[in-house]
Amino acid sequence: MTVDRPNIGVAIFPGSNCDADSLHGLELAGANAIPVWHDHPETGSLDGMMIPGGFSYGDYLRTGAIAQFSTVMDLIRQMADDGRPVLGVCNGFQILLETGLLPGGMLRNRDMKFICRTVQIRLESTGNSFSNQNASGDTMRIPIAHGEGNYYADPKTLAEMNSNGQVAFRYCDNGIVGASTNPNGSSESIAGVTNAAGNVLGMMPHPERALEPQLGSTDGLGIMRSMVESCISSRAAINV
Amino acid sequence: MSNTGATAPLYEELGLTASEYQMILETLGREPTQVELAMYSVMWSEHCGYKHSRSMLGRFPTEGEKVLQGPGENAGVIDVGDGWAVAFKMESHNHPSAVEPFQGAATGVGGIVRDIIAMGARPIALLDSLRFGSLESPRVQHLFEEAVAGIGGYGNCIGVPTVGGELFFDPSYEGNCLVNAMCIGLLRADQLTSAAAAGVGNPVILFGSRTGRDGIGGASVLASQEFKEGDEEKRPSVQVGDPFTEKLLIEASLELLDKELLVALQDLGAAGLTSSAAEMASLGGMGIELDVAAVPLRESGMEPWEVMISESQERMLAVVTPEKVAAVTEVCEKWGLTATQVGVLIEDSEFVINDGSDEVGRIPVLSLTDDCPKYQPESKKPDYIEASVPSVATVFSSDSVEDELLDLLGSPNIASKRSVWDQYDHMVMTNTTVLPGHDAAVIRLKGTDRGLAMTSDCNSRYVYLDPLKGGMIAVAEAARNVSATGATPAAITDCLNFGNPEKPEIYWQFKNAIEGISQACEAFGVPVVSGNVSFYNESNGAAIYPTPTIGMVGTLDDVTKTCESGFRSDGDRIFLVGDTLSELGGSEYASHVHNIVEGPIPSLDLGVAKATCDMVRSAVSSGVLKSAHDLSEGGLAIAVAESCVNGAIGAKIDLSSSGQELSIVESLFSETQSRFLVSTSQSDGDGFLKLAEEFGIRVAEIGEVGGDAMQIGSAVELPLDVVCNTYQQGIQKWIQKT
Repeated sequence: MTVDRPNIGVAIFPGSNCDADSLHGLELAGANAIPVWHDHPETGSLDGMMIPGGFSYGDYLRTGAIAQFSTVMDLIRQMADDGRPVLGVCNGFQILLETGLLPGGMLRNRDMKFICRTVQIRLESTGNSFSNQNASGDTMRIPIAHGEGNYYADPKTLAEMNSNGQVAFRYCDNGIVGASTNPNGSSESIAGVTNAAGNVLGMMPHPERALEPQLGSTDGLGIMRSMVESCISSRAAINV
Repeated sequence: MSNTGATAPLYEELGLTASEYQMILETLGREPTQVELAMYSVMWSEHCGYKHSRSMLGRFPTEGEKVLQGPGENAGVIDVGDGWAVAFKMESHNHPSAVEPFQGAATGVGGIVRDIIAMGARPIALLDSLRFGSLESPRVQHLFEEAVAGIGGYGNCIGVPTVGGELFFDPSYEGNCLVNAMCIGLLRADQLTSAAAAGVGNPVILFGSRTGRDGIGGASVLASQEFKEGDEEKRPSVQVGDPFTEKLLIEASLELLDKELLVALQDLGAAGLTSSAAEMASLGGMGIELDVAAVPLRESGMEPWEVMISESQERMLAVVTPEKVAAVTEVCEKWGLTATQVGVLIEDSEFVINDGSDEVGRIPVLSLTDDCPKYQPESKKPDYIEASVPSVATVFSSDSVEDELLDLLGSPNIASKRSVWDQYDHMVMTNTTVLPGHDAAVIRLKGTDRGLAMTSDCNSRYVYLDPLKGGMIAVAEAARNVSATGATPAAITDCLNFGNPEKPEIYWQFKNAIEGISQACEAFGVPVVSGNVSFYNESNGAAIYPTPTIGMVGTLDDVTKTCESGFRSDGDRIFLVGDTLSELGGSEYASHVHNIVEGPIPSLDLGVAKATCDMVRSAVSSGVLKSAHDLSEGGLAIAVAESCVNGAIGAKIDLSSSGQELSIVESLFSETQSRFLVSTSQSDGDGFLKLAEEFGIRVAEIGEVGGDAMQIGSAVELPLDVVCNTYQQGIQKWIQKT
């Protein structure tokens, strides 16, 4: 463990299944990745938190619906309030929606089928903790794997999010966003959103699956490295 | 002992014959109790007892220097280097899937995953081999879509990538679909776990889900005998999978093994507690005493026999030393699972079943396992093979090969299976370096340079027409698929799906297919390390095509030295490896375009087959190839189309220089074995030719990559987007047609 590596936790629920991938990915991106078990969470000096994909508590009732009541969520709410970066991927995004840390909700995919494939997303906003390695308009090839990734928000919320720069990513094809490039029916082809402060990001695509050339894309590195850097800077800011 | 006795006709309804019942009477020296009869009936079923297959399975070569565990445990295990080992097995779940495709397929995945956990391995990949009737039938569409959804629903939730498999449609599977699931797991070679019970007095712990009345199939007549008609509560139900609990079971089992808390581990599959406990005791050469009253139940009022043969999913059985029981319970509680001591190991080789303080059964362990009845059925060459006319296949001629090519390219057996694997999470665990859609999937082993290639293959039409050669070809095709990625075939598992073995013609198919598989395994030097037999795949008296599915695992020393099937860059040189003969018998072309299913199937020289694979593997490893693709169903034309689609680039093929005098139909669609389609850069082409010469393999340069059309001589010139759309939308179009 080196000093400049921030400590980023990975919240593990019963049924999480991208926890090992997320720990591996955060290490690759320059973090000191720490597993955090759902019911006795590490309260040490975490600089950020990642909520991984999977099927927390079997996703019975509704995706993320049970996880929101888990003990570790108290810690995550506190970290979010303190301005530390929190990244929810796939089921992690669904959980952040259920807890109300992010606006909107999630429906089943438009075609009612699970979809696993590499898609392109376009970076829509740089005003958050996950984008300092990229420029607005950058496109990235990142895999999705979900049955409920059809993001929904009402028109008023969408308008607010757009004006606040809270839409982080949209599905696209070579930078063009359109109905034919929307894999799951999401409102405005939204693939990821942040809170108003920009330190909490939820996204359906899996950046941790796009970090190594062997896996076909390294486009997730920008997001993960940005988070690592933001963890370092927010630690400095909070500790001042 | 509460011996209620059993009436004579009952055993028949439970699937036992009069002579088998006589064997039970002789073994016990008395009439069996209800529990005992239920236990015998499930253990002596074909599924558990391998009554009709055991005598033939000894034919398989099962030894090799890398084999750490051959057949006999929950899965086979091979050493893959750097202290790592791989456990794998394939299993059928045909009959449940025909009744309830979603749950049938899902629990098929769950069952094979538990077999892998029981070896102490973390499941790292799944493959699914699916066969259905004609896709035009709405019922088949339902079975197909639900089975795929069931596999996805289960595999996606437990976080194990589904990286490959097969999908084949033929009317012979109309009433009896096949769902074969294969799982591969990774473990440290020195942490190999056994199901063999050890240590008299050691507690036996059941953990995972509670036990209910699920899947008490064959023995359901016990219920109707004992209970009033219409007594809904006692009615057996289909097994229902709970992948969330399975995920917890994986993590809990691996944590228990990691902390060295277990003596032995076994999953509960067919025949439930009876089979698991009997196998553990049998492998350990000892006895076991279980108390059904201790088993945590999902519903009240279950009879002892129901508890003993329930097939409730997501359960494991472990042998533990007494001082570790508390630690085992603690780990299970962490994962939210119940763990209960349900028995103890005893010295005498007996299986004792108690219901609280009452003894309700006492059976010699081996009479349930090794001493199960074995049969040597009669075997007779089927008439349809005698009647086969060996000349029809050579007379095909066509004025419109382009139309026929498109027809074939969009047909259910050839068209892209993307719509299926899109529904499977094939990337979770971040190890899949060659994704589905190529010859074999490749998984990297994190922390090493190594990788594994995996595939499942069987051309059952070939096996039907010529079981011996068809069995050989199934292995040879798997070897080609693995070799095309640059991997070395290491070992196979098999799932032998056949009709009723008591019919001499079926048994003849079975015997010959096993002989063919065995000969090919010997030639390739790959042992059979695990497998499964599924008989009685018939409906209305008609059997499925004999389908011995081969699951092969290959090893890569350097996982970065692999190859995919798609053409890559403008100007690359295209080569056809291997000779093409006039071999359209049993082909996809003959079947789909002309509706003719007739032999002779393609010839196979096992020596050439192996040498060709060795050469291609060597070429992939040395880096001279930019693409490699095996030729199988649909022949050269389909291979060229697939390489174009997978690389999103055109190709120009000229067959005039191949030096072979064949009609255009033969050149394009013949299914001659031991062939590959490969491409190299301009500069590497000569090096490749030299390599092929060293291996003594004939190679013809047949064209060049580039452009936005697929062109073959003057016969075919198709725009790339037409080729892509036809291939990629084939299955969907077929479904929409009806």
